[in-house]
Amino acid sequence: MRTRILGARVIDPSSGLDQVADLYVEGGKLSAIGQAPAGFEADQTLDAQGLIAAPGLVDLSVALREPGYSRKGSIASETLAAAAGGVTSLCCPPITKPVLDTSAVAELILDRAREAGHTKVFPIGALSKGLDGEQLAELVALRDAGCVAFGNGLNNFRNARTLRRALEYAATFDLTVIFHSQDHDLAEGGLAHEGATASFLGLSGIPETAETVALARDLLLVEQSGVRAHFSQLTSARGAQLIADAQARGLPVTADVALYQLILTDEALIDFSSLYHVQPPLRTRADREGLREAVKSGVISAISSHHQPHERDAKLAPFGETEPGMSGVQLLLPLAMTLVQDGLLDLPTLLARLSSGPAEALRLPAGKLQVGGAADILLFDPQASTVAGDSWHSKGRNSPFLGHCLPAQVRYTLVDGHVSFKA
Amino acid sequence: MSLPNPAELLPQMASSLISHLNRRQIAEPRFIGIRTGGVWVAQALLEQLGRDEPLGILDVSFYRDDFSQNGLHPQVQPSELPFEIEGQHLVLIDDVLMSGRTIRAALNELFDYGRPASVTLVSLLDLDARELPVRPDVVGATLSLAADQRVKLSGPAPFTLELQTLSDQGRAQ
Amino acid sequence: MTPIDAKRPLQLNDQGQLRHFLSLDGLPRELLTEILDTADSFLEVGARAVKKVPLLRGKTVCNVFFENSTRTRTTFELAAQRLSADVISLNVSTSSTSKGETLFDTLRNLEAMAADIFVVRHADSGAAHFIAEHVCPNLAIINGGDGRHAHPTQGMLDMLTIRRHKGSFENLSVAIVGDILHSRVARSNMLALKTLGCPDIRVIAPKTLLPVGIEQYGVTVYSDMAAGLKDVDVVIMLRLQRERMTGGLLPSEGEFYRLFGLTEQRLALAKPDALVMHPGPINRGVEIESAVADGPQSVILNQVTYGIAIRMAVLSMAMSGQNAQRQLNSEEHN
Repeated sequence: MRTRILGARVIDPSSGLDQVADLYVEGGKLSAIGQAPAGFEADQTLDAQGLIAAPGLVDLSVALREPGYSRKGSIASETLAAAAGGVTSLCCPPITKPVLDTSAVAELILDRAREAGHTKVFPIGALSKGLDGEQLAELVALRDAGCVAFGNGLNNFRNARTLRRALEYAATFDLTVIFHSQDHDLAEGGLAHEGATASFLGLSGIPETAETVALARDLLLVEQSGVRAHFSQLTSARGAQLIADAQARGLPVTADVALYQLILTDEALIDFSSLYHVQPPLRTRADREGLREAVKSGVISAISSHHQPHERDAKLAPFGETEPGMSGVQLLLPLAMTLVQDGLLDLPTLLARLSSGPAEALRLPAGKLQVGGAADILLFDPQASTVAGDSWHSKGRNSPFLGHCLPAQVRYTLVDGHVSFKA
Repeated sequence: MSLPNPAELLPQMASSLISHLNRRQIAEPRFIGIRTGGVWVAQALLEQLGRDEPLGILDVSFYRDDFSQNGLHPQVQPSELPFEIEGQHLVLIDDVLMSGRTIRAALNELFDYGRPASVTLVSLLDLDARELPVRPDVVGATLSLAADQRVKLSGPAPFTLELQTLSDQGRAQ
Repeated sequence: MTPIDAKRPLQLNDQGQLRHFLSLDGLPRELLTEILDTADSFLEVGARAVKKVPLLRGKTVCNVFFENSTRTRTTFELAAQRLSADVISLNVSTSSTSKGETLFDTLRNLEAMAADIFVVRHADSGAAHFIAEHVCPNLAIINGGDGRHAHPTQGMLDMLTIRRHKGSFENLSVAIVGDILHSRVARSNMLALKTLGCPDIRVIAPKTLLPVGIEQYGVTVYSDMAAGLKDVDVVIMLRLQRERMTGGLLPSEGEFYRLFGLTEQRLALAKPDALVMHPGPINRGVEIESAVADGPQSVILNQVTYGIAIRMAVLSMAMSGQNAQRQLNSEEHN
C-alpha cells in the first residue's frame, strides 16, 4: 500500500527536522520526505494540512493485562487505546499472570499483539523468576523470545548481593535492566506520599527516602556492575537530582517519569478519591517542579503513560482497599500537550520525550522519522481538542481526567505504514 | 385589625384562672410555660397573681410532629422542670393556641416525666384554627386571622404582639 | 506550609445543615456550637425518668461496624434508642467482606432494607467518605471512626466535656499526649479545638509518634511532659496500643510511662483544676497512673455520658439535614 501524507508540519526530534513537507510511505517504510520518489503512485492520500507529523509515540509502560487479568484489559483493547493515544510502539511490564518469566508468555503476547495489529509491542521480561527478587530468570531465553529489557516491578531484590549478581549477569549479555527504585521496608504498607496530605487524611505514608535510598543503592550497583540501566517511574525531585548527579559523573543511565506525575500532586487525594491512588505515589508540588525541570533539561529523557487499567470494582472501595494505577495511554498525546500549553516544553522537545527519548533509552527500533525506516507515524491536530472519555477503548475507565477537555487531537496513527487508528 | 395589648389581658386571665382552680379545688398548682412565648406569659401571669413560686420551662422541640418536614429546630434548649410531675396539678401556659400541635407535643413530653393529676391549659390568644381536639381552660382573647397572617409575641419587656404576613415560601418572616 | 483547609460540602446540604457526619474538617464554628447546644438538651433528657424522645420514631439506624468496638457501638445503640429509633447492629469483619460481598454491596443491601441512617466504623481511612459519596449519598452517614483519619463524635464529646467543665474555649490551654500518629481521636480533637477558638493547643509525643506535617493543625509540639503540661487547663491522654512496641516506634511500655505517663506528679504541673480526659479504654500504668484516672480531676466517666448526648445530637441533626435536602430536591422538581 502506497500512501502519501500531504502538507503536514513534520517534526522529527532525533534529526532536528521541523518543516512542512509531504511524506511518502511504501512497503511499510518511509520512502521519502519532501519530494515524491520517482514513479510513486499513491493508493491512498491523507490530507494533513494543519496537522503535525511526528514519529509514532513510544510508551515504555503500558500494562496490557493479558495474560491473566482479563477483567482489567486485553492486548486487543489496550493496544487499540494506545493507538488512539498516538502510540505506535509500547513496552508492557512483566506483571502478567503467569509472570513474564518464560519465553512462552513472551510469545503469546507478541502473537496476540500481531493479531490485533494496533501497535508494536516490546515486552519487558522479569528479572527474577516470578518477580520474587531471589532467583534469576532466564534472561537470554527471554531476550531471544523478544524481550527488550528486564525489570522487577516494585518488587525489591531484598538482598543487595542477589541484585548485584543479577545485574552482572545482565551486563554480560548487554541487556538493559529497568529499575523501579523503592525500598520495600521504608515503603511498606504505605498508600500515599508521607507528607502533610497523608497525615491529614490518616493514610499511611511512603517517605521520599523510600525512593532515594533505593536509588542511591541501585545507582552504585549499576556503576559497579556496568549494566545498562533505565530508571523508571521517578516521583521525587531528590530522586531526579540523584539521576542527574550520576549522569554528570559519566554514568550512562536514563530515566522516565509517568505523565501524571508532571501534572498532579498528593493534594489531589484530599477527598480520598481512589482515582489518584497510584504506586509509586504522587508527591508534593516541589517534587512535581523538580520532575518537570528534569524533563525539560533532559535528565529524564522519556515520559510514559504508566497505563494501568482496572475494572470498576478495583476502585470502588475505601481508599486503602483499592488497587493502585491509572488508565491513561489513550490520553498520552493530549495530556502531554498540556506541558506545551503551560510553556514548560516546546513542541519538538515534548515529542522527543515521547518518541526518540524512550526509544533510545531501551534501544528500540522506533521513535524516528527516517527515510528507509519503519513508517510509524503520528498525525495530530494541535489546534483541535480531545474530550477525554469519548470513544474510550481501554477496558479501564479509572482516570481522573475523564470528561476533561485536553489540547490536541490524534487524527491518524500509522504502524508500518498502515492506519491503525483514525479519529 | 387591631391587636390587643397583652398586659391588658392579664387581669382577666388571672381571675379566670383563680375561679377555675377553685372550682376544681386545686390548692397547689405547678406552673409551666412553653418556651419561648409561653414562658413570658407565665412570668407575667405569676406576677399578676402575686405568686413567686418556681416556674417550669418546657422546650417541646423534641416532641414536635413536623420533624420529617421541617427538621430539628436550630435553637433547642434543655427543658427545666424544678418540681415533680407525678401526681401534680399542672397549669400549662402558652402564648398562641393555633393548630393545637404544640400543646399535643407538650402533653407528650410532660407524660414522659411522670403522670400528672390534671393539666389546666392557659393561652394568651386563641386563633380559633384548631386542627386537633385541644381546648383551652383560660383564654386572654380570641382572634380571627386571614390565611396568610400570623401573630408573634415579643418579650419579656416590652411585652407586645405583632401581626405578620407569611412570605411566598410559606415561612413566617 | 499551607494548611490543608479542605471544604467538605459532602457533609452539608444546600442550606449548610449537617446531612452526613464524616469529619470535623471544614465544618464552621457555628455548626459545631449547634451540635454542642443540641447535646446539652439531650443531656437533660438523659437525666429524666423516661430517657426517650420520639424524634426518630419509625426510623431505622444501622450500626455497621467493620472494626470491632463494644464501647462506641453501645453508645450509638443507646443514643439511637433514646431517640426512639429502631436499631440494628452488624459486626462485619473485614475478612468476610473480602471473601465475597464487597462493602459496596453490603451497604446497598442494607439500604434496600430501608435503613435511614448508617453509623460506620472501618479500619480504612476515608471509608465513611467513600460510603457517603459513592454508596449511599441519600442516607445520613455517621462516621464512627475510620482508620487514623477521624472520629468526629469523639471529638465533639471531648469538646462538650471541656465546655461543660471550663465554660468556653477562649483562654484555654489544652494538651494532647501520646500516639498522635495513629490517632483519629487526636486529629478530630485538634481540628475541633482550632475551629472552636482554643488559642493554645499542645501535642506531647516522641517523634516516632508524630505525623509529618503536624504543624498544619496549628498546634505546638513538645517532646517533654514537664514543659508541655505547664499550666494547661485540660490534659487529653491517648491510648497506647501494644503494636507500637513491635513496630520499632517505642522501646517499651515502661519507657513510655516513665517519659510520657500522666502521674500525679506530672498532673501537678498543670493548673490545679485541670481536667484529665481519655477516650478510653485506659491502659493503667502505661499512659496514665490509676490514682489520676480515678482521681478528682478525672472526667473520664463523664465523657461516656456526654458521648450519648453528642451522638443523639448528631443522629438527629443528620436525619434532619437529609430530610431538608429531600424537601429541597422535591421543591425543585415542582
